[in-house]
Amino acid sequence: MTVMMDTGNRIAAKAAVMAKPEVVAAYPITPQTTLVEAIAEYVARGEYTGEYICVESEHSAMCACIGASAAGSRTFTATSSHGLLLMHEMLHWAALARLPVVMCNINRVIGPGWNIWVDENDSISQRDTGWIQFYCSSNQEIFDTVIQAFKLAEHEKVVLPVMVNLNAFILSHTSMPAEIPDQHVVDEYLGKYVPKWKLDIDNPTTFGNIIGPVHYYKVRRAMQDAQLNAKKLIPQIAKEWSKLSGYFHGDLLEYYKCDGAEHILLSMGAIGAESKIAIDELQKAGQKIGLARVRVIRPFPTEEIIKLGKQADLVVIDRNISVGLEGALFTEVKAALYGESDAKATGFIAGLGGKDVTYKDIETMCRKSMKGKAKEQEWYGVEE
Amino acid sequence: MALKDFPLDECLLQGNASCPGCPATIGLRLVLKALGRKTIMVVPACCTAVIESLYPHTSFDVPVMNIAFEAAAAGASGVEAALRQQGRTDITVVAWAGDGGTYDIGIQALSGALERGTNFIYICYNNQIYSNTGIQRSGATPFAAWTTTTVGGKTEFRKEMGEIILAHHIPYAAQTCISYPEDLYCKIKKAMSIKGPKYIEILAPCPPGWRFSMDKTVEMGRMAVDTGAWSLWECENDVMTFNGKSKLILEKKVERKPVEDWIKYQGRFSHLFKPERDEKRLKAIQEHVDLLWERYRKCYVKI
Repeated sequence: MTVMMDTGNRIAAKAAVMAKPEVVAAYPITPQTTLVEAIAEYVARGEYTGEYICVESEHSAMCACIGASAAGSRTFTATSSHGLLLMHEMLHWAALARLPVVMCNINRVIGPGWNIWVDENDSISQRDTGWIQFYCSSNQEIFDTVIQAFKLAEHEKVVLPVMVNLNAFILSHTSMPAEIPDQHVVDEYLGKYVPKWKLDIDNPTTFGNIIGPVHYYKVRRAMQDAQLNAKKLIPQIAKEWSKLSGYFHGDLLEYYKCDGAEHILLSMGAIGAESKIAIDELQKAGQKIGLARVRVIRPFPTEEIIKLGKQADLVVIDRNISVGLEGALFTEVKAALYGESDAKATGFIAGLGGKDVTYKDIETMCRKSMKGKAKEQEWYGVEE
Repeated sequence: MALKDFPLDECLLQGNASCPGCPATIGLRLVLKALGRKTIMVVPACCTAVIESLYPHTSFDVPVMNIAFEAAAAGASGVEAALRQQGRTDITVVAWAGDGGTYDIGIQALSGALERGTNFIYICYNNQIYSNTGIQRSGATPFAAWTTTTVGGKTEFRKEMGEIILAHHIPYAAQTCISYPEDLYCKIKKAMSIKGPKYIEILAPCPPGWRFSMDKTVEMGRMAVDTGAWSLWECENDVMTFNGKSKLILEKKVERKPVEDWIKYQGRFSHLFKPERDEKRLKAIQEHVDLLWERYRKCYVKI
């Protein structure tokens, strides 16, 4: 084991290389660039010996990953914002083709106007593609989640692509220490990728040809079953990794000081990390509030949210907006509670466009909600 | 190699879903005979996705990965990289796309894959239209041709994809036509023997798209070559040679026939002849072909 003091992007690259994908295909975009540059350095030093394809667009990056994965190889890529949006068609394709591609997405604002800071609208708008989606809140969690992502994606009961999200700059470009296990630990945990099916000249199969409604319906159903399987497997996979590495960041959610809480805050990504400080401060001031940091939004942790709704009223912070409705997590939390709990839920939009969200801001939102003074949905920090 | 010596093994199976007289099936059958069974095909949206037939059936006896319209070359890059890592360099990776997927929506991915030196064969079967979507104009549609989106005839000339490919200076590029099976077969075989990116374009006269009788597919390809509207050539390491009839035309050993001899048999050009001859557009079509041949002589080959 060694301690690596480095940025989220470089730690993600370290994890990706240690997972030994046979093919990496990527295209640069700020703020993902330092991740793919780090992989290029591993190539130059001979520490990564797989194929590294520097494609001419993110769309082609995902296509190349699809091709490599269909040919039976472990694959990895990384992108951000507009790059992820350009991939959109192929995100659906990878999931429908049931290819366990692993990708890091650095959450960044969508233009216009050009803005490279953090915002989760890029990945939130990919929720329906069939990808499993994790959101990280520290560099250690990034390392551990990338490793776990390969395990989950390739699990025979899942076989779906996995997206590991990390917030722009707050994580991607901020140095924090992360413990890196020895290579044999990762090797032992992941094992060699053995595809369930692949392009094989000894068993010639046509993948993805014209399909009628009856069979297509089954394909969609099988994807849903695989996501639900993932929901059961994520806690198990996280536990297995914690036994080997000593690190556990929660499974579908990370619970922080929720015992006896009458209010529970739900947040994601870097705001999730900042929320812990806010909870500490609020509890010091005698407030009965805890945190459930949402790590996985697909599959959605419905049952866990219902449990929280039976214990407490909920405060949700979204760093995204489904324009015309509200924050996406807020909508989904309320949908989970429907008919199961009469907990009150209030939702805040905060930090869009990279606007800083400090623990003080989070405290303010929580207090307003706890006092019953918050409207059902509010914009925090925008002058009316 | 003579037709009688072609392998008997068929990797394109019987009972596929193509139209009668389909040039793509003629091309596929010949291409797969040359490629053999150690082949993985990558097919974007195009008529071949239909020819493959309906799941759970297939008309291909080699592995096929379907991929999105613009994605053939990028998908093939991934397959090729994976096979190399797996030590399976004995397998030929082939992208097989139409002219829409090559000239237009797929040109970026294709150019990228060529520039990166991807070890694969990219084959464009060119029927000069978006045929699978019901005959719309593409960048390969010739000037004045009717399509459902150029009802009075296309107002622009087609782009010269061959020249765009040559600008990439890849180890092997070629043009052929389904009407010349020996030429086509030999070009695939040669491409298989060369490492790096290979591009082969096959002219594929489409009966419903060009509006001619389904028994005339092969003839329509021959007429395209006789009139110089299409040519057979190959370019190996920047040395370009013309083949067959096109070589004789280039060397002026046979006379290039007027383009009218090709277009008058196609319903897509019928508005140039009825109710009266459209001399202006007919002249423009001929001049465009004349210019192309001048350029071939001046820029690409030493005679």
